[in-house]
Amino acid sequence: MKPDLRNNRDFIAGLLFAVIGALAVALAHDYPMGTTMRMGPGYFPTALGAILFLFGLYVLARGIRSAERVKGTWGARALALTALSILLFGFLLDRAGMVPAIVVTTLVAAAAGREFRLKEVLLLAVVLSVFSAAVFSYGLKLPYPLVGGY
Amino acid sequence: MELFTNLAYGFGVAFSLQNLAYCFAGVALGTLIGVLPGVGPLVTIAMLFPITFHLPAVPAIIMLAGIFYGAQYGGSTTSILVNLPGETASAVTCIDGYQMARQGRAGPALATAALASFFAGCVGTLLIALAGPTIGEWALKFGAAEYSSLMLMALVASAVMTQGDAVKGLAMVVLGLIIGVIGIDVNSGMARYSFGVPELIDGIGFTVVAVGLFAVAEIVANLESREPREVYTGKVTGLMPTARDLRDAAWPAARGTVVGAGFGVLPGTGPALSSFATYMLEKKLARDPSRFGRGAIEGVAAPEAANNAAAQTAFIPMLTLGIPASATMALMLGALTLQGIAAGPQVMVDKPDLFWGLIASMWIGNFLLVVLNLPLVGLWVKLLTVPYRWLFPSIIVFCCIGNYSVNNNPFDVYLCAAIGVLGYLLVKLECEPAPLLLGYVLGPLLEENLRRALLLSRGDPTVFLTRPISLAFMIATVLIFIIMVVPTVRAPRRPA
Repeated sequence: MKPDLRNNRDFIAGLLFAVIGALAVALAHDYPMGTTMRMGPGYFPTALGAILFLFGLYVLARGIRSAERVKGTWGARALALTALSILLFGFLLDRAGMVPAIVVTTLVAAAAGREFRLKEVLLLAVVLSVFSAAVFSYGLKLPYPLVGGY
Repeated sequence: MELFTNLAYGFGVAFSLQNLAYCFAGVALGTLIGVLPGVGPLVTIAMLFPITFHLPAVPAIIMLAGIFYGAQYGGSTTSILVNLPGETASAVTCIDGYQMARQGRAGPALATAALASFFAGCVGTLLIALAGPTIGEWALKFGAAEYSSLMLMALVASAVMTQGDAVKGLAMVVLGLIIGVIGIDVNSGMARYSFGVPELIDGIGFTVVAVGLFAVAEIVANLESREPREVYTGKVTGLMPTARDLRDAAWPAARGTVVGAGFGVLPGTGPALSSFATYMLEKKLARDPSRFGRGAIEGVAAPEAANNAAAQTAFIPMLTLGIPASATMALMLGALTLQGIAAGPQVMVDKPDLFWGLIASMWIGNFLLVVLNLPLVGLWVKLLTVPYRWLFPSIIVFCCIGNYSVNNNPFDVYLCAAIGVLGYLLVKLECEPAPLLLGYVLGPLLEENLRRALLLSRGDPTVFLTRPISLAFMIATVLIFIIMVVPTVRAPRRPA
């Protein structure tokens, strides 16, 4: 029977570790290694990358043996919308100001949840904007305009 | 006695109007947010600590400590009232606390938890004051080799002792160390893993990693599970425990304190393991063990005392050695570092106001918790009904603002989203994020000390084994590793 690797928990984890480890070693190739007595900037990361690679292989092999699956489902939609809401905040803050950034982030983030009730979310966006304006702009005196770029 | 002069000095610092206000604000905010369903202490601290970044060092750390035990306390409230632990440390409290609530004894359960925590907090604080200077003095003798071995021990212990898979834990530590490498190498001035991105030359910011790993990833993981709904909505009446309750709870609380204080200093174990251990102990000691699980007051008093004692003593290695024993302490250490303070034995000498002020404020904070929380139980019960669909967008917004405000740079916010995605992946693959954070925090220090140790020994790696203190740490590391890892590797696999 061919094992299903797509949802094999430890196989994926091991693969992730091994790839990152290999990348770390490859990228550190350009940094001088030095000697054990005088370590160059490449020494420590190369060693770490190699260790991570080996751990990765071990976890990967164990995954093939135990074939344990990832629990639950992958929340791709929730993950994508949450990440997008954060990206939008960074993008909008210095272009449109704090209030538009908060409103958009709240809307997009809320869409990641199971239920989306527009009225509630709009009210939440207003509350968060007012609260943030009070705490961050007036309280902590962060220098971001409420509306408008800078 | 020196201890009293120091403590008096500490109280002098903590009782300044400003510090008292921040302590109060921290405890109140921590409880307020920690009591919200699905928001544990780690998320609370990760979210709030960019805010403290804008304060001076002493109030910032006092406020963070307040947030920490406030959130921890909030976690026990949710355990008792909703059967929903904020984090693993209060998971045990659910068992009997929630049963007590269902029997209409939510009030005494909450009061017992508060009083047991307060007692344990007092003892824990006193222990820090007593042990801190001694350990600090001893640690002043540490050279680079000792520090390297000590860090290795802390990292291995944190990896293999957290719940879940030891090997994956070790891999997470190494991953954290690699993330810590990103940025300028202090010795050569060379930028590593920066991909030509100017923002990466300074390394990935601490807030970015902590918020991405603990707040963002946690939220996405929470969104999958249905909202847990069996909220205790009855009125909490009759707050005070009876004389019998107090008598039954006193010894378990004392024993819990001892167990918790012991576990708290150990890396990787902390509050969670201590509360489990002490619950088991009480069950063994009880005349009628069958009462446990059906609302035994000992089952609330002992673990609550244990996790609070552990939460206090966990500060000992962080403050005196600069080695965090848990993810929460790694957050504290990160906050100190952001404030430009290198935690370690020098702190007591260089910054006595910080050290002793923090200790005194811990006691004040624990006191505030009791005074503040018992009368406000009604409010906490109301908060428990706030739906998660309002909470998580708010958490995300505050995390974004916090992250942006540290460097006033949108790049940090983008990076936080990326770390959040990675964190979610790791959570789904059942890799514990705490060891990664520890590795990330200790990485630069470990590299620096390793390099210095090997330079001084002229490249001879036996230096870690020939110096006695270092050798002791190395032996401990190997022992921890053998005890924790070998059984899991050799044990026959459970049928899937």
